[in-house]
Amino acid sequence: MHLNHSHEGPAAISADAHRPDGSRRALRVGLGGPVGSGKTATVAALCRALRDQLSIAVVTNDIYTREDAAFLLRNAVLPPERIQAVETGACPHTAIRDDISANLEAVEDLEDAVGPLDLILVESGGDNLTATFSKGLVDAQIFVIDVAGGDDIPRKGGPGVTTADLLVVNKTDLAPYVGSDLGRMARDAKEQRAELPVVFQSLRSDEGVDQVAGWVREQLAAWAA
Amino acid sequence: MSRAALLVLADGRFPAGGHAHSGGAEPAVKAGRIRDAADLAEFCRGRLHTAGLTSAALAAAAAAGLDPLALDEAADARTPSPALRATARKLGRQMMRAARATWPSAELDALAAARPRGAHQPIVLGLAARAAGLGPEDAAHCVAYEVVSGPATAVVRLLSLDPFDATAVLARLAPELDAVARRAALAAAEAVVEGLDALPAASAPLLDVMAEAHAAWPVRLFAS
Repeated sequence: MHLNHSHEGPAAISADAHRPDGSRRALRVGLGGPVGSGKTATVAALCRALRDQLSIAVVTNDIYTREDAAFLLRNAVLPPERIQAVETGACPHTAIRDDISANLEAVEDLEDAVGPLDLILVESGGDNLTATFSKGLVDAQIFVIDVAGGDDIPRKGGPGVTTADLLVVNKTDLAPYVGSDLGRMARDAKEQRAELPVVFQSLRSDEGVDQVAGWVREQLAAWAA
Repeated sequence: MSRAALLVLADGRFPAGGHAHSGGAEPAVKAGRIRDAADLAEFCRGRLHTAGLTSAALAAAAAAGLDPLALDEAADARTPSPALRATARKLGRQMMRAARATWPSAELDALAAARPRGAHQPIVLGLAARAAGLGPEDAAHCVAYEVVSGPATAVVRLLSLDPFDATAVLARLAPELDAVARRAALAAAEAVVEGLDALPAASAPLLDVMAEAHAAWPVRLFAS
């Protein structure tokens, strides 16, 4: 009853589409995936691709440091007041799935402080193949894996690979060096995901980033409709 | 009252942010004060009878219907460490979100409106207990338990301590948890008659000092 309850009282509880003042909140997109697959680099690339047209903020969930937030700040993809770090107590999946309270506060605080926002990217701490975002926290989620992590990951499946709204296979430029078969990854992903989209991306070139940004724009259009 | 409601509120999986906090165990592990299950038991015992008793009494007083805003000030006065005040308010805000979703009540809404950045967590928990139909001693029990269960689960992660040993520590502390909850509830009953000064103000200076240091660490597993 609380996901869509009419607004009374001082603050939103969870995934309510509207803010306490009645305005529609920003679209929230989660980015999850294994350690080192390129989640933060993808967030940075998305910010660069979209920041001129959209008002964006980012929440990072580092496991034990503020490295990811620091990376985004260092690369100046967004002004510092648009980036907030959440501490996860050694359990990154808990903070995005089982107990989303700290992340909800971060997204709401960002909207209060620098809103109105169109888009909030919530980046998970590096985790395993089972880590997915709660629907109480995000409206759509991207799962980022990379070719160097093994070309059998799409075949292995798991909730991230099979259920994410978008699967990004990152670092395609490394495929020849690590002996990963991109064709096999594409076939396995298709098998696991049926009609759900997959993007092959290399951040060394612009290959793929435009497609991911386009997918985010589609989600935003559907959200705003 | 519903006994099962007490289990829901006391469950470590209750989504109110506790998993990201060690209750002071992380700096104690780093300083070499907690190395094994016996150290963990002593740490938990110390925290329970000091900061734990104070927090449990605040929760019991809130559950008894005392003014939550006055209790919030009383909590500030009993929390000398600015880092721990910030932590208590942060966790209070998270507890508020969970409580309003699970046991909606006008009293919770009013406190959320008055303290949008969060009231001290034990007071929010006490109001949540009240909204769930629980009594002051139940609220005190919840707080007393989380005061020791938080460090115990954190130490399992920090030291790779055997989880059976850590849980056995909690089980051995059960009679003391009951005693602290009872004492807290009695103090709350006294405060109803005599005012908030009747609430205990026990504290653990080393926990306060270590919390200040921990808040400034650049790399840590837990938020507090």
